[in-house]
Amino acid sequence: MAKRNDDLVIAAILCKWCSYAGADLAGTSRVKYPENVRVIKVPCSGRVSPRFAIKALYEGADGVLISGCHPGDCHYSEGNMRARRRMFTFKTLTEFMGIEEERIQMSWVSASEAAKWKSVVEDVLDTVNRVGRNIIFEDGNE
Amino acid sequence: MLRIGVFVCHCGNNIAGRVRVEDVAKAAADFPGVLYSTTSMYMCSSEGQGLITDMIKKHNLTKIVVASCSPNLHEKTFRGLAEKNGLNYYSVEIANIREQVSWVHDDIDKATEKAIDIVRMAVAKVSHGRPLKKRSVKVTKRALVIGGGIAGIQAALDLADAGFKVTMVEKEPTIGGKMAMFDKTFPTLDCSMCILTPKMVQTRDHENIELLTFSEVEELDGHVGEFNAKIRKKTRYVDEELCIGCGACEKVCPVKTESTFNQGLVKRKAIYFDFPQAVPKVPRIDNDKCIKCGACAKVCPKKCIRYNQKDEIFKRTFGVVIVATGSEIFDDSAYGEYGYGKIPDVITSLQFERMLVAGGPTDGKVLRPSDGKVPKSVVFIKCVGSRDEKKGYPYCSRVCCMYTAKHVLLLNEHHPGTDIYVFYIDIRSFGKNYEEFVKRVQDETGALYLRGRVSRIFDRDGKLHVFGTDTLTGNQVKVDADMVVLANGLVPAKSTRKIARVLNLSKDTHGWLNELHPKLAPVETATRGVFIAGTCQGPKDIPDAVASGSAAASRAMSILNHSSLELEPTIAHVNQFLCSGCENCFMACPFGAIEMVDYKDPNTKKIRRVAQVIESKCTGCGVCSSVCPVPAIDVSGFSAEDVFVEIEALGKGIRKNDAGIKTNGKKK
Ligand SMILES: Cc1cc2nc3c(=O)[nH]c(=O)nc-3n(C[C@H](O)[C@H](O)[C@H](O)COP(=O)(O)OP(=O)(O)OC[C@H]3O[C@@H](n4cnc5c(N)ncnc54)[C@H](O)[C@@H]3O)c2cc1C
Ligand code: SF4
Repeated sequence: MAKRNDDLVIAAILCKWCSYAGADLAGTSRVKYPENVRVIKVPCSGRVSPRFAIKALYEGADGVLISGCHPGDCHYSEGNMRARRRMFTFKTLTEFMGIEEERIQMSWVSASEAAKWKSVVEDVLDTVNRVGRNIIFEDGNE
Repeated sequence: MLRIGVFVCHCGNNIAGRVRVEDVAKAAADFPGVLYSTTSMYMCSSEGQGLITDMIKKHNLTKIVVASCSPNLHEKTFRGLAEKNGLNYYSVEIANIREQVSWVHDDIDKATEKAIDIVRMAVAKVSHGRPLKKRSVKVTKRALVIGGGIAGIQAALDLADAGFKVTMVEKEPTIGGKMAMFDKTFPTLDCSMCILTPKMVQTRDHENIELLTFSEVEELDGHVGEFNAKIRKKTRYVDEELCIGCGACEKVCPVKTESTFNQGLVKRKAIYFDFPQAVPKVPRIDNDKCIKCGACAKVCPKKCIRYNQKDEIFKRTFGVVIVATGSEIFDDSAYGEYGYGKIPDVITSLQFERMLVAGGPTDGKVLRPSDGKVPKSVVFIKCVGSRDEKKGYPYCSRVCCMYTAKHVLLLNEHHPGTDIYVFYIDIRSFGKNYEEFVKRVQDETGALYLRGRVSRIFDRDGKLHVFGTDTLTGNQVKVDADMVVLANGLVPAKSTRKIARVLNLSKDTHGWLNELHPKLAPVETATRGVFIAGTCQGPKDIPDAVASGSAAASRAMSILNHSSLELEPTIAHVNQFLCSGCENCFMACPFGAIEMVDYKDPNTKKIRRVAQVIESKCTGCGVCSSVCPVPAIDVSGFSAEDVFVEIEALGKGIRKNDAGIKTNGKKK
């Protein structure tokens, strides 16, 4: 696999019940993972509007990860399923806008899945690495 | 004007060992709005809190960022501290630089850089945040206890004795749970029913307890202080009020069918009690099996058979909910090599337990299901479904070592001279007097404890040939037995999964209900006002199940004791002027917290339909705001603006050029 660009930055939008707690558990269990993620906590992945993803890419993040509770485990009953449907529809449009689909990803990480959090971070980085740094919104790229 | 203070914690060496905290504080000093920044050894200690208090006063700080451990640990501490010092409770943001930085990254440069980014984001968020006011709700002084096993019974009685009203909902026709199936209990060997029935009867008779058996909670919404439940009381086809529990009906019923309570060891009638001490002592007609012959109605002295009875729906409001829905035993069919379900004399631990009961299906005799004879030699196999990632679950079920020791002792007592073999991985006897008990069992019974797993069981010439390895000697062993008892592990009950869905509770990877904190909040859940007790949370023995029942009751009382409570203000709000009335949020809200109302547009003076939030139902999940095309609806504390400023701050970390000019060169 191609060597990962160390400078990639991933904006990780995590629901506070499952994925944020899962990332915390990775800490408590000292599960090491790459430094490239910056976490934004929201109540539920269902709260994540596609605008958040666009905004993060516009501000220069190389990838956006939206992570919530597993299907059936949403603290608010079904927000995560909505998030999945919405992001799925959204991703069909991003390509059209010149945003590689690799840049926007979703996952389910529960509050007890420290190891999964690590592998999600690594997978997201590897996938984003395939399309490299995000220069979509940079000057002279029109 | 913004006057932000940033407090960076060393957490001893926990943070400072991987993050250059002084650099973080120095960088923070330059962030917009920051007036003061510093570090301290332990921010949560009284010194740390004293420092924050002093600096709030000295610099007239209006907002605070604490860079420390996860907000799940000390957000409340620091917000409470700010509030005490005259700031708004929500004027504090936590930058999580321990769980999400120092504990997960080794590279000090990168970890420090990340910590600085996180603090920048927290500063941006706190700068943007508006003061929020907590909402106050009335507390309904009634508790809902779901599940009438020993844990639920204990919780209900504790609450009722303390003077609170309780509704207990049990899905089976009688309360008692697993404990009602046992003969004796380890390690004291008290007779299970002798210690359980008084509590069952107390639950039924307590003036503060409403007991709804053969009932299930179908819906639950609302929030702490005011949960609204819809409970279905399934029909028994018997008038519960009139019935005196004489049992005449059961005697004359001509139908015979499998008894689940007795683990299929004997038949029961179509109208039946699970066991003689059932509470309430009211039979139930199994409508699938009943042939409507009318025999029971004819003999009933109180005329209480009701063939046309319908389910009843109860609606109740509760201040708190305790879930105590227990566990099930592992389904042995995963172990094909043990022949469970195919070889009749390979039985489960619960079947064995029922055989030991004096008034049970075999009158206390251990009998082979195949021929009804007393076995001369019995093999027990432990860890069936436990500590086995391939076929079962990786965890230890905590009770099977002990109940197997109890089974060995009781078998030896009921049928002295039986040859007894126990296959084990190791013996876990962690409780008070447990190790002594196992020792006593081994000494008194002469049972042969063999360390190793059983690989296969063959049923040949009326004998069960049990093959295994003795890992202590390294020898292959073969035991010819008349009966094999599998020590099934505990697994989450299917009905627990169901209730988790109704209440939106989170489960761990195996399906056990999640506690709020594994050590410090073992009976709380992520939903305030909902508690868990007993084995729905994980395997437990009776003493632990009882302790957690009492713990849940006492935590519940700390809510019921108040007449009103403060709730998080982080709920949705509609800007009705902007709202186009598309009803997206109305349709999307999982809690039915949006209503459409008339609104007079100040410009056109016309009335139009717009969305409005029903505050008592809103949980602040924010689904509404992500489906609003305008957007006219947003969640306080997590508004789109709040998220945007955080993302912008994140961007500043990427483009080190703070002037906001996009540069191609990212991090230097
Ligand atoms: C074979 C065996 C032997 C054991 N022997 C001992 C022993 O000797 N000593 C000891 O300390 N421990 C022993 N244990 C452990 C003991 O069984 C448990 O600790 C105890 O029963 C746990 O009680 P509980 O209330 O959590 O759950 P349960 O006893 O399982 O009770 C749960 C109750 O909730 C009800 N329920 C479930 N779902 C719903 C729903 N959705 N709505 C309404 N009601 C619902 C169930 O019908 C049940 O009545 C043994 C376990 C086994 C399997
Ligand atoms: S309690 Fe004993 S038998 Fe049960 S899973 Fe644990 S080690 Fe195995």
